[in-house]
Amino acid sequence: MIDFGYSIKADRQINFDTNSKRMLEFVRTAEPSIDWCMSCGTCSSACTAASITDYSLRRLILSVRRGIESDVLNTVFRCRFCGKCANACPRGVNTRNIIYMMQTAATKILNHETLMH
Amino acid sequence: MEAAANLSRMGHTVTLIEKSSATGGRLNQWHALFPSRISPRPLLERLKSEISGNVNVILDAEVTGIEKNDDGYVVDMANNRMITADAILLTSGFDIFEAEKKEEYGYGIYENVITSVDLERIFNTGQPLLTVQGRKPSRIGFIHCVGSRDEKAGNFHCSKVCCVTAVKQAIEVKELIPSAEVFLFYMDLRMYGRHFEELYKDAQFKHGIQFIRARLSEAFENEDGTVQIRIEDTLLARPLKMSLDLLVLMVGIQAPKKKGNIIDLVGIQRDTDGFPKLDDPYGMPFRTGIPGIYCAGGITGPKTIDETLTEARAVASEIDAYLTGMPSFSNFESIVIGL
Amino acid sequence: MKNEGKKRLWQEYQKEIATDNFFYGRSCVRQNFFPGAEQTFLKILRESLNKTVFENPGHTTCTGIGYHCDVVPLNTTMTVVARQFALMTEAGFENFAVSCITSFGLYTEIIETWKHFPETETQTREFLKQATGREFKIPHNLAHASDIIYKLRHEIAAISPYRLVNHITGKPLKVVEHIGCHYSKMFPEKGIGGAEYPYVLAGLAEALGGEVIDYPERRHCCGFGFRQYVIRANRGYSLSCSKKKFDSMEPYKPDVIITNCPGCPYFLDRWQYVVSEMEGKTYGENGHGIPVLTYEELAGITLGYDPWEIGLKTHQVSCEPLLVKMGVAFDPSGKYRGKNNEYLGRPAKPTHLRIDMDAIVLEPSKQPFEVTHD
Repeated sequence: MIDFGYSIKADRQINFDTNSKRMLEFVRTAEPSIDWCMSCGTCSSACTAASITDYSLRRLILSVRRGIESDVLNTVFRCRFCGKCANACPRGVNTRNIIYMMQTAATKILNHETLMH
Repeated sequence: MEAAANLSRMGHTVTLIEKSSATGGRLNQWHALFPSRISPRPLLERLKSEISGNVNVILDAEVTGIEKNDDGYVVDMANNRMITADAILLTSGFDIFEAEKKEEYGYGIYENVITSVDLERIFNTGQPLLTVQGRKPSRIGFIHCVGSRDEKAGNFHCSKVCCVTAVKQAIEVKELIPSAEVFLFYMDLRMYGRHFEELYKDAQFKHGIQFIRARLSEAFENEDGTVQIRIEDTLLARPLKMSLDLLVLMVGIQAPKKKGNIIDLVGIQRDTDGFPKLDDPYGMPFRTGIPGIYCAGGITGPKTIDETLTEARAVASEIDAYLTGMPSFSNFESIVIGL
Repeated sequence: MKNEGKKRLWQEYQKEIATDNFFYGRSCVRQNFFPGAEQTFLKILRESLNKTVFENPGHTTCTGIGYHCDVVPLNTTMTVVARQFALMTEAGFENFAVSCITSFGLYTEIIETWKHFPETETQTREFLKQATGREFKIPHNLAHASDIIYKLRHEIAAISPYRLVNHITGKPLKVVEHIGCHYSKMFPEKGIGGAEYPYVLAGLAEALGGEVIDYPERRHCCGFGFRQYVIRANRGYSLSCSKKKFDSMEPYKPDVIITNCPGCPYFLDRWQYVVSEMEGKTYGENGHGIPVLTYEELAGITLGYDPWEIGLKTHQVSCEPLLVKMGVAFDPSGKYRGKNNEYLGRPAKPTHLRIDMDAIVLEPSKQPFEVTHD
């Protein structure tokens, strides 16, 4: 193979049509209040983990909706369930259950299990 | 109509000039009013009944000129008709942004791109909502701020009512086609009024409508007629593309720009946003600065129906004060409301 | 797709294009990538259409690449451009025909700057006078060479023996048109058809019988830009931009890509080879890749000029499949022959990209290389 000295860069564009929404369905079945979320970011501003890692619940809920599973797999386990986000949420979303469900889904995916309750 | 009815009740002689063949203006176009989604028909009926018998209504009359003479104003209409008046109230309403101007959205080029006005008309016909190819759409997208908050489109201002209209229409579409996925692409969600925020939450929770903070840069038509859109998911800071069966453009409200429109005919100065420059926007938001000529309703900017009716009653009382304060009070002729 | 909608837009974006008496400003790098292209333009205008096109070999680069790479300051660029105009004025011409799209964008930008900031024009005149003693007039008509070909497209079609049509099936060939970014993205009103649906190449393709296809990434930049590819390690950016376009146009099965910029055909042509080496993927039929032509080369082929003479030899993606589809008469062996029929040798074969006449299916019933007249 010729070494050109450069390479093709991965396409960053989210392909909404082809990304799987299985994680969203999994979480939503258990915790429908995920649909109340308006991405205001109050949760991530209160978040303990967000101060020292790149964990952001606001972003994770969006990633789940867009089918970007890598974001969840890489960061969701940083949550320690302190509960500050649930306290802060202006819409009363059950954030801890959402995070718990995302962690459950992530574990299943990492163990190559099917995403079923 | 509301102003006419009020002025008539106060004892004045009122003529209502209507450009089209029916009174009621935009109310005739809408299917359901936000936020509670009631039909506009009862309101329209009430207004029509209040003016019947006491207001002189001239239909199919386009105003071609307004001149001042010693006695008052002379209003010329098409087909050589003419009427005189002591005071004139302009209630010709606002214009809707022509979506073709946003070339990159493909209105008038791509088949499955329609505007919110088109959608409201489809709701009114009671016909099923189908793509041009005759399929039931499984994915519908609404684009906010088409022609508003957009310098390139010539309208820097926000049109106020389109956000809540989009949410309302999204719910209506979801009720028509429960299996469809509905997406709203917004910059901000201006849910300012009473019960608007509840409508937003209901849209998300009860109806499963998805909100994506993004602005559409270009749309494209695939071979099968579906529309592919190119947006940036701003809250994730990544570009995103998706296919939709139907794209609805929330077209904004703008001041009349066409040649020969009534604002320019009368000689009212325009403000920076194109709407009439108001003499006293806080205290008397219907005074044009020209004695005897007033503006009310959509002509002065984006407005809801309840605001328009309130303004109508306010300006009626102002016109009454103006007329009763005139030296030749006992001899006044008619007040004309132009459209 | 409702074509009336597009046509309405095209009416809104029209501009004046001169049809004769041009001063021609060549591109600095184009002649390295596609040596025959500019010569073909001159031949079409001078010989086939009897127009006057004047050249002054003393003209220089417009410094567009330097300007966009931040190595040439704006004042210098303005003065160099002024000198180009001065050469035009001295030769007695008012119509400037520009070969390169970046030059076109640059000249347009400078003329607009002078219009809005007259002090810069005065300063440029002073600089030019001091440096060279020359004076200039702003061209009465500034047009890109593709605008001129567009304006004369019906005349060209009228005298062309060939068409952008598959000569066996009679079906129009599928054309992807790629417009250089500096043509209309900067000043939409200076481009025919505007920025969203440019018509300058689509018009030419349609006049020659082709079918222009629309694909999602039509407006995407090919990645040429300037400053990023100058450094080798950054070329992945440019490569990925072109690849995004190829992936997007592939399902529409285009027969040819036509462009009007020097850099775009270069990249769209060469990157197909690089993608094939890196990923083993080829676009187009039978692994041949999609031929990329400049608008002059396209006009030249349809006018019946010899494909090798106009420089199709230097294309990485072989143009033979297109020539065979159009029924153009040519000698395949002429590809590797130079002046006086001297054999030039053959370059190494790409690993995946098929080249030359390899695996091109010829219709058995038809005589190959037959000239079909319209």
